[in-house]
Amino acid sequence: MGDDTPYLLDGTHWSGPTGIPHLLLAHLGYTGVALLCGIAIALPVGLYIGHTGRGSFLAINAGNAGRSLPTLGLLMLMVTLMGLGFLPVLIALTVLVIPPILTTTYAGLRNVDRSAVDAAVGMGMRPWQVLWRVEVPMALPVMLGGLRSAALQVVATATVAASVGLSGLGRLLIDGLSVNDYGRVVAGAVVVAVLAIVLDLGLGLVQRYVVSPGVSGRGLRRRGARASAERLDPDLL
Amino acid sequence: MITFEHIRKQFPDGTVAVDDLDLELPSGKITVFVGPSGCGKTTSLRMINRMVEPTSGRILVDGEDVLEKDPAVLRRGIGYVIQHAGLFPHRTVVDNVATVPHLLGRSKKERRAAAMELLERVGLPTAFADRYPSQLSGGQQQRVGVARALAADPPVMLMDEPFSAVDPVVRDQLQQEFLRLQSELGKTIALVTHDIDEAVKLGDTIAVFRAGGHLAQVGTPQELLERPADDFVRDFVGRDRGFRGLSFESAASLPVRPLGEVGGARLVLDDSGRPVCWEGPGVRGGSAPVEGTFTAHDSLRLVTDLALSSPVATAVRVDGAGRADGLVPHHDLVDHLAARRAPA
Ligand SMILES: Nc1ncnc2c1ncn2[C@@H]1O[C@H](COP(=O)(O)OP(=O)(O)OP(=O)(O)O)[C@@H](O)[C@H]1O
Ligand SMILES: [Mg+2]
Repeated sequence: MGDDTPYLLDGTHWSGPTGIPHLLLAHLGYTGVALLCGIAIALPVGLYIGHTGRGSFLAINAGNAGRSLPTLGLLMLMVTLMGLGFLPVLIALTVLVIPPILTTTYAGLRNVDRSAVDAAVGMGMRPWQVLWRVEVPMALPVMLGGLRSAALQVVATATVAASVGLSGLGRLLIDGLSVNDYGRVVAGAVVVAVLAIVLDLGLGLVQRYVVSPGVSGRGLRRRGARASAERLDPDLL
Repeated sequence: MITFEHIRKQFPDGTVAVDDLDLELPSGKITVFVGPSGCGKTTSLRMINRMVEPTSGRILVDGEDVLEKDPAVLRRGIGYVIQHAGLFPHRTVVDNVATVPHLLGRSKKERRAAAMELLERVGLPTAFADRYPSQLSGGQQQRVGVARALAADPPVMLMDEPFSAVDPVVRDQLQQEFLRLQSELGKTIALVTHDIDEAVKLGDTIAVFRAGGHLAQVGTPQELLERPADDFVRDFVGRDRGFRGLSFESAASLPVRPLGEVGGARLVLDDSGRPVCWEGPGVRGGSAPVEGTFTAHDSLRLVTDLALSSPVATAVRVDGAGRADGLVPHHDLVDHLAARRAPA
């Protein structure tokens, strides 16, 4: 300590098991696995509820309940119940991912233009074809909005992993605080923020690529009203 | 042919939308379901392709019971057009049109070629093929909807208020083109509307529904206008049914007067004998153009309208080449209308 080189510019902080690349990779790993688990649970449920309209109370209530659970409290509970390790962290983070994916998948599908669905059924599409060929492509902007907000929350919250002895960028915060190295704390916060921005930009690019221009309106000379998908702002759900 | 046999539909909430409906829709003809809101027209239509399942009764399409078929397979063989077109916003116009051929497993090339041809058929420039629905006007979207329903060349088409979401001028144009298309294709069509004028214009047969899904009358437009079965139909058909009924009567038997002076005015012709204007002291301002003419093939409705709007209350008849060959002053027309009602 005692030198004036900012934490991030000190080469020794960029190598080894406590180096930033290592922490960053671990952080991304927690985030990615939690996102995948959350999607694996919430997406099928959201698709089912949105497509059939059955059990919508579940989508709404799960959304609200999930959002009000404090992640740190949940993590401590899990650790108390099952001991230290990756699993309690994964559960706590997955619980964070489920509500935004579930509610936006459900709401995205429910807001698909009913006459398009009626036409799809009336032309002889089977339920599975209606879902994948009509409902999901039309709901995609809203669904991806949910994915983006889930990703942002998890990336920021995955710092809690360090509080139960795991790696990740949270180490910079926890360890920095424990030795009053505020330079390190700030560096941790900055790296998490940059990571969140990069992730969101990346998902934005994916969205640009997978959403039909007919739905997003991107690159079209338009006449008439804005596309229905733009009516729903995922952040308002 | 589509046959309804004792069809009844009661929804789970107890609403009886259709009750004991017996109806035949002849092949190659347009049958219009018309009636006030909520009388069961849409429900009846949607039972044909099993979008709604009847509570009891049978529906036969060309002799086959629709309830015995796989609904998805049945629907691919029946064209379906709805009010707001229901196009898929994420697909281009050509992909929208190719939806059913796609479901039927046709190759991409084949689908596209068929879709392009249909776009032309419904009067859309092929330059629209790669646009998205949001880039089209309401009328254009509806044309795409019709093309999409025709894409797999189904023998039967179901149309639920296909022209009611567009403005009257566009509607009229779409109706004309629809009739032209039908004269080429000869599909068996069931069309729902709540607009009696549209029913009269488009229908070969009209089925008038009353609340509760009962049929009030089935007949040709002319029969409905001239001989409404009861007060309900008479009211529904409207006050001016007498005038509208004239559209079904030919002007062929209408006596005409030779060209000459009427009411202090003289018909001026051009070099080839076509009428140009009325001239003489009987015309306000001394002269007025001839705004319209009729031929022996036109309806009495047109003649009546021409006589009423003419500056000298006289309709001008022309031959096939547009040369004036007779005059019908409005009092002659009135005598003719009175005579056709008189007992023989
Ligand atoms: N899914 C449903 N559940 C319960 N009742 C229904 C359902 N669908 C239609 N109905 C009722 O059945 C009756 C007939 O409805 P339908 O849609 O066939 O009327 P319509 O003649 O097409 O009317 P409109 O001209 O307004 O479209 C109405 O009273 C309607 O409220
Ligand atoms: Mg209806």
